[in-house]
Amino acid sequence: MGAIKADPSSKAPIASSPYSFFPFLKALRLKTKQQELLLRASALCLIYVLAFAIRLFSVLRYESMIHEFDPYFNYRTTLFLTRNGALEFWNWFDSESWYPLGRIIGGTLFPGLMVTAAAIYKTLHFLRFAVHIREVCVLTAPFFASNTAIVAYFFGKEVWDSGAGLVAAALIAICPGYISRSVAGSYDNEGVAIFALLLTFYLFVKAVNTGSLAWALASAFGYFYMVSAWGGYVFIINLLPLYALVLLVTGRYSMRLYVAYNCMYVLGMLLAMQIRFVGFQHVQSGEHMAAMGVFFLMQVFYFLDWVKYLLNDPKQFHAFLRITLTCAISVGALALGVGTASGYISPWTGRFYSLLDPTYAKDHIPIIASVSEHQPTAWSSFMFDFHILLFLFPAGLYFCFKRLSDATIFLVMYGLTSMYFAGVMVRLILVATPAVCLISAIAISATIKNLTSLLRTKSKALQSSVSKGAASLKASAKASFDQALPFQKNGAIALLFGAFYLLSRYAIHCTWVTSEAYSSPSIVLAARGAHGGRVIFDDYREAYFWLRQNTPQDAKIMSWWDYGYQITAMGNRTVIVDNNTWNNTHIATVGRAMSSYEDEAYEIMQSLDVDYVLVVFGGVTGYSSDDINKFLWMVRIGGGVFPVIKEPDYLVNGEYRVDKGAAPKMLNCLMYKLSYYRFGELTTEYGKPPGYDRARGVEIGNKDVKLEYLEEAFTTSNWIVRIYKVKPPKNRW
Amino acid sequence: MASMSLRFAFVLFWISILASTVLSDLVISKIDRRIDLTSQIVRVVSSLKVENRGHDTASEVLLAFPDIQAKNLAYLQSSHHEGKGKGKQSAVSLPVTLVQPEGMPSDLTFYSISLPKGLEKGKSFTLDVLAVFTHSLKPFPEEITQADVQLVVYQDSAYYISPYEVRFQTLAVRLPSGRVESYTKYPSTKLVESDIKYGPFENLPPFSYIPITVHFESSYPFAVVQELEREIEISHWGNIQVTEHYSLVHGGAPLKGGFSRIEFQSRPPIRGESSIRHFIAMLPPRAHSVYYRDEIGNISTSHLWSDSKMTYLQIEPRYPMFGGWRTSFTIGYGLPLRDFLYEADGKRFLNITFGCPFNEIVIDHLIVKVVLPEGSKEISAAVPFVTKQSQEVKYSHLDIVGRPVIVLEKTIVVPEHNIHFQVYYKFNNLALLMEPFLLISGFLFLFIACIVYMHTDASISKFSASYLAKQQLDEVRATVQQVLSIINRVLAVHNKLETSLRDLSRTGDVQSCKAARKAADGSFKDLAKELKPLLGYLQSSPQASQIWPKVEELLSKEKELQEKLMAKHSAIVDGFEKKSARREVENRVASIDQKLAILRQEADELLDTLDDF
Repeated sequence: MGAIKADPSSKAPIASSPYSFFPFLKALRLKTKQQELLLRASALCLIYVLAFAIRLFSVLRYESMIHEFDPYFNYRTTLFLTRNGALEFWNWFDSESWYPLGRIIGGTLFPGLMVTAAAIYKTLHFLRFAVHIREVCVLTAPFFASNTAIVAYFFGKEVWDSGAGLVAAALIAICPGYISRSVAGSYDNEGVAIFALLLTFYLFVKAVNTGSLAWALASAFGYFYMVSAWGGYVFIINLLPLYALVLLVTGRYSMRLYVAYNCMYVLGMLLAMQIRFVGFQHVQSGEHMAAMGVFFLMQVFYFLDWVKYLLNDPKQFHAFLRITLTCAISVGALALGVGTASGYISPWTGRFYSLLDPTYAKDHIPIIASVSEHQPTAWSSFMFDFHILLFLFPAGLYFCFKRLSDATIFLVMYGLTSMYFAGVMVRLILVATPAVCLISAIAISATIKNLTSLLRTKSKALQSSVSKGAASLKASAKASFDQALPFQKNGAIALLFGAFYLLSRYAIHCTWVTSEAYSSPSIVLAARGAHGGRVIFDDYREAYFWLRQNTPQDAKIMSWWDYGYQITAMGNRTVIVDNNTWNNTHIATVGRAMSSYEDEAYEIMQSLDVDYVLVVFGGVTGYSSDDINKFLWMVRIGGGVFPVIKEPDYLVNGEYRVDKGAAPKMLNCLMYKLSYYRFGELTTEYGKPPGYDRARGVEIGNKDVKLEYLEEAFTTSNWIVRIYKVKPPKNRW
Repeated sequence: MASMSLRFAFVLFWISILASTVLSDLVISKIDRRIDLTSQIVRVVSSLKVENRGHDTASEVLLAFPDIQAKNLAYLQSSHHEGKGKGKQSAVSLPVTLVQPEGMPSDLTFYSISLPKGLEKGKSFTLDVLAVFTHSLKPFPEEITQADVQLVVYQDSAYYISPYEVRFQTLAVRLPSGRVESYTKYPSTKLVESDIKYGPFENLPPFSYIPITVHFESSYPFAVVQELEREIEISHWGNIQVTEHYSLVHGGAPLKGGFSRIEFQSRPPIRGESSIRHFIAMLPPRAHSVYYRDEIGNISTSHLWSDSKMTYLQIEPRYPMFGGWRTSFTIGYGLPLRDFLYEADGKRFLNITFGCPFNEIVIDHLIVKVVLPEGSKEISAAVPFVTKQSQEVKYSHLDIVGRPVIVLEKTIVVPEHNIHFQVYYKFNNLALLMEPFLLISGFLFLFIACIVYMHTDASISKFSASYLAKQQLDEVRATVQQVLSIINRVLAVHNKLETSLRDLSRTGDVQSCKAARKAADGSFKDLAKELKPLLGYLQSSPQASQIWPKVEELLSKEKELQEKLMAKHSAIVDGFEKKSARREVENRVASIDQKLAILRQEADELLDTLDDF
């Protein structure tokens, strides 16, 4: 009997919990909810660290340095801000760029990034961490990427559930589309702007969901930060009214939306006006009119709602509705028409047009079209930047439509519009990335949740098949369903493995892309040497440092605008044009000088007080993004303003060549001469004639370049940067 | 240059006029001078034999330099060799001071060497004088092209300029190579390989001079550091961090015309010979974490190797340095603390070299900053030559009052100055723990702040609906927890009953089993009494409406469980008392057991879900 007695007693009460064996564990035992919270928090922490760490490839491969072009300007301004204080920064007139015009920096930049970095710097110094401002600038983008991941978690949680939020955070932490703009050292507006964008959207959705003024206010502040950081805020100020309009049309109008939108719009607009660069655009520019229109529409709608409540008679109300709507729309149209005609409301800018019509820039604004990141996106770069998310995106949209709510509608709209913009311009992939990650996260999370719940209920049903309680009602229903699909469990397992495989491929792809493609600072070039060793081409800094040390303090450097920011930041010298491209004529003048004969160019350079001319030349190393390859854009931009420069003069049968068959004007223009001066004597590759251009793979056409008005001042060790000194004018007698 | 040489002659002319007034009892009976022009630093080594012909004992010997030379004088040292021949190693250095004796020509600068013992009448004394000059070689032509070789001019007097009569003297000028453009020729001058010899000259009155000019080829890099700031930071965790900021200029003939890369590349040994391509820094052994960078980033052209005596760092500037070109860079390295820090008389002292680690480099302005750990006291520095000293404070990581910095400044520094100096200070070892303590307390405060934040009620309106609802919810949660703990206790009583049954089957002690039953009944009653008000509260509270059905279910489960258990208990006890057949009892109990197991499991699940509420 003893044996029989022992059997149930050991089975029933004790076996159910392992803690009974270790009573001390009972004290440490966490509730399921706490366990889940712990898991979630630690997963988020890991994601936070991961998002930061994956962006450090560039620091490990190269060094802690600022990348590319624009970040150098940002770095320079941040340095100025930390050294001279906010007031001086606000009133800064920079005479070192756009000579002789100068640039009012305080009024022509988005100060968000610099202020953020300076604030981090000051905080760290207050906490007694004596870090250098450069390190702060280098690590700002990864830091904000980590924060973006956290915001993505909350956004996902708001839109779907915490699982989707977690997946979204993990996806966005390593998504190449975002990493491309936020590796350590890429100290650019986009780095903080994506965080601000997502934060604004999240807070707005939260405000719409709760109808709380507090969240709407927070969203307005998020918008303010976004406006202060990046010109992309125009996307927000157009997407939000569009969203509100869609909700109105679909009959999802609610008091919550009314509170959220009005508070966000009015406060956001007032705050945004405090940014000098934006100023009164919110009430004066055509790009911001949609938001205002929807704002007024919302008031009309609310008014109608109220009247409807008062009248209580559908017939009367419909008559009233007709009158009011007609009046409102005609007043709005009239105001818009008068505003536009009188010039109070400025028309849409070229950049805005080029987003709506991808061919617009190519025909009208060559300076926008000349930038490689403004080109329409190729499929391959979608694949490169999104990988599996590209396939998960439609699936996520399906799930969103299946469980339609105010929040999912927002996400769907954000996803669709940003995907369109990403298709128009390569660099707008960045804006689409958070949406793609969130929507894909919904797909992943929902799928995996369905699969695992299938597996779990089945095993539970098997286990508790004896029980007959009310709790097993669901399970038994499932069990009966199971019988209809005998391989369901195996199928679920297989699908789970498939999802796991896809996600791991995604992680591998992201890491690979980050390490190989997006971590190059583009100032320092690295290549594999003949023996497999790493060869570093540090020619840019060599040249800039030479300028900094060995030219007079007030020397003016002429170069193509791409290098303007770098020359002022690293070379500390005055430039004629830089990456700000605010004055097309000035750039066209430089383009004209570069594409003229030497004597004509000399006159232009004299009129601009140019002391040195800097060209980038890749013929020795095979570096393809040099000035000869950009030259046609200089011709086009120059020709756009000065009709003396004609593109066909530089082409032979519509073909661009530098060899013997090149157009005579091409062979004798300033750019050609400066690039190939004494290059004809150099043997670049074994078995090839001297003067063999490795970047274009041809022997150059004009090997006997003579310079009359300029002399070679400096050429870097790999010939990538060549600097010429403009000789003083000859004595007249 | 022509004007300069004229000026030089003019000065000497005046000297000769004024010289007649000089009176002295001392006579230099023999002097050998060797001028070393092999590098950019001019070193003049003179060995003098001084004889006292007067009546009084002489205690000092005067050295005279023309002002033009004196302003470039970087280093002056005189020493006396005890004994002759073999005893030469026991050199005694003699103190040298700047003096302005009366009645001497004003264009001369005088230094006085005090003799250790007075020089008595008729006795003679031998001393060696090393004078080091910088910026004394003038490039001529003043500008050269990339292809040219640099030529320089050196000017001096063939006679030793001295306030004393010189009986016998020779002069040898050592050049870097035999390629001499021109040199002043006197009857007794000869050029042997790369040496020009003047003299011997005999019996010259005080302040005699004849100018000489040597124009020769010197391709030695004229690297001049215009300003060098060395920062030596001591960390008592075991490291000395040295950071050196250089701003360097090629002091040779400036480059005329442009720089042609192709010429420089294709014929490197001939073209651009006067350029500086690299420097070698000789760092102390066991130097680690060496870096080489400038304002705009790391410079990748450097090499590091080491042996047991030295660590060699070869650095290339970003571009080859031609005459007049500038560059600036920073090198930094860490050194083990134990090699440089010592303790004496309760004080610690740092013993480290003063100058820079590069060979044959001239430093116009050197600033050495020694950053001592936070909390150092009684700071003093001992430098073997004159420096300007000051103190400042530096803030580094986790500093509160800042680290005391002792700043030593000196103009014109040559390799001869590269000797050890000491910085004495007092430091309490406990201050080491300051920074970790700061970090720990920082985190502690952070956590405390979090805890305080979590436990304080910061809501403004204490009567708002949402606030009240939240408070009620908290109360409901607490009540549910209480209910759960009671139920758990009830379940524990169940377990006790089960054990008593097991004991019964083992021992057959019916009485104790019954007693257990009684006790259990009692405790069930107590617990039910305790449970009642809690349940009443839960039932009435609107916040508990969601959780109430679950609680009810749990209670009913528990009740059922209790009934079943009682039934089982009485069945077994009955069976035992009546001694009925085992099989019968077992059959009855088995069905109850099964139900019990299921009920128990369900109750546990409910407990878990309620636990998470």
